[in-house]
Parts: sequence; structure tokens; C-alpha cells
Amino acid sequence: MKAAVIVFPGSNCDRDAAVALEQATGRKPAMVWHRETELPRVDAIVIPGGFSYGDYLRAGAMAAQSPVMREVVAQAERGVPTLGICNGFQILTEAGLLPGALMRNAGLKFICRPVDLRVENSQTLFTAGYEAGQIIRIPVAHHDGNYFADPETIDRLNGDGRVAFRYVAPSGEPTDADNPNGSCDNIAGIFNETKTVLGMMPHPERAADARHGGTDGIPMMTALAAAAGGFA
Amino acid sequence: MKARIHITLKKGVLDPQGKAIRHALEALGFLGVTDVRQGKVVELELVEEDPTAARAQAEEMCRKLLANTVIENYEIELEA
Repeated sequence: MKAAVIVFPGSNCDRDAAVALEQATGRKPAMVWHRETELPRVDAIVIPGGFSYGDYLRAGAMAAQSPVMREVVAQAERGVPTLGICNGFQILTEAGLLPGALMRNAGLKFICRPVDLRVENSQTLFTAGYEAGQIIRIPVAHHDGNYFADPETIDRLNGDGRVAFRYVAPSGEPTDADNPNGSCDNIAGIFNETKTVLGMMPHPERAADARHGGTDGIPMMTALAAAAGGFA
Repeated sequence: MKARIHITLKKGVLDPQGKAIRHALEALGFLGVTDVRQGKVVELELVEEDPTAARAQAEEMCRKLLANTVIENYEIELEA
């Protein structure tokens, strides 16, 4: 499998994402600069974390208008698996590929720590390596991770199995105390309608090596590598 | 022509920054503030001289970039 990692000015998890992808796929991903108007033929696209354009205007707002994003949107709409992590999630909502918005954390603080997530849907090409209901530990590192959508959208996401992960207590309960940023319904990640686009605030690429202190991100990369074959 | 765009959070969208500002005002002794909502102002210098056309341009800019209509409202004020 060949993946592309999109790089914006201010991206800072692009290299980590590339290392995690190469570990899972055996191939170096293409690093694609935001000014490119074409994407190489790839099986998967990753929009990494960071602070593209310094979070000017709104986190992800400027990056969503980058030349390369027109091509990302076109490929994602064609069904090429697309994963947005942290700032990548913000960019995907700003680009209209995912519903809702990521707002300032309810506690106003930048949060950087491992969190427990419950896998809500394991029947997707991103999450097939997990069991439904499994608790995984992945770090978050963000200032604007407070997921907001109107109640109808939240109902639709819940009803259609489009919530990928929820912030939970170690017991698996999605409590207010374990919601790090005030997200609606403790939502940490969501899918698009076809479940080929995933946006998530936690960083699976930062839990992809035992030296990171955890490896719960690896099954996502390997599931993606196994599933994404038919596009390149 | 100048367009001044006021971007505010929609009703019902929580504004943690506004809340923090209210608490800070309270700490300064301003006890009569029951709510604070924080927004932003964007000022545009437009080549367009016709107010109707200028407003239409600003509208499109708001929809496409300046505001996120999932969470924000915008108001356009034109100045000759």
C-alpha cells in the first residue's frame, strides 16, 4: 500500500505519521506539500497534526483552502481512505468532508496526555484491528478539540455508527470527568457517511512504538494498510 | 468601499472564552455582567464601489472562509 501524507506550513506530526505508516506498510509514504495541485496515485491519505497556518482565523480554516485540498476532497469523495489526525480532523471539518466543528477546549487549556478511548465501531477499514467496545490508550495534544455539532447531526452520527471513538473512564464509561475537552457526547473521532474518511483528535501515530509508552495506534495503521489496496 | 464583518458564536454554542472573560471581569469587581460572548471583527477594503455588489462579495467570503457557519453567525456592515 502507498500512502500520502499532506504537509502544511505548521504541520508537526507529518514525520511521525510517515514513520508509523512505513512501519505498517513497508513503504515510505509520499510527502505532499500543500501547494501541490495534484496527488500521486495512493491508497490512503493522511492529514497530520500540527498547527497549520498558525491556527489563523480558525484551526484548519486556511489549510482547508490550500491548493492540495481540492485534490484531497476529490480523492476522498472517490473513496480513497482518508485519515485526519488532530489538526487533520479540524481541516477535514473545515473542508466539509466531515460534519461539525472543533472548538476551543472547554477548560481553555492545551491538553497533552494519554486518554482512554472506547472503540465504538470496529467494522471499518480504520478500526477492523480493534474489538467493538475495546478500550485503547492514545495521546491527545490539542487546544481546539471540543467537538461540536447540532443535536440532529449528533443523533445521526450516533445512529449510523459514525462515532469512531469516545473519551471514556478506564472502566469504559463516557463520563464528564473523562471528557478532556468538552466534546459533545464525549466524541473523539467520527466517520463520514461511507466510513472511508475518519477524523480524530487523539494521535495514533504517537502510540506506534513501545518506546512511545504504548502501541495501541498500531492496529489502526495495519488495518488501514490491509484494507487499502485497490486505489493506487 | 469598506466592509466590516462581525463574527459571533451562534446561540446555544458554548463559549468557554467568554465565560473566562466574565470571571476575570468579576475578579476586577464588575459584578453586574451576567454573560459574555466573544467574537471577532474582520475589516475588508474592497475595490467594489457598489454596495449591493460589495455585500454579495462579502457574503460569499463569509460563507467560504471568514465564518464557520456550523458554529458562527456573521453580520456585514458596509462603509463608503
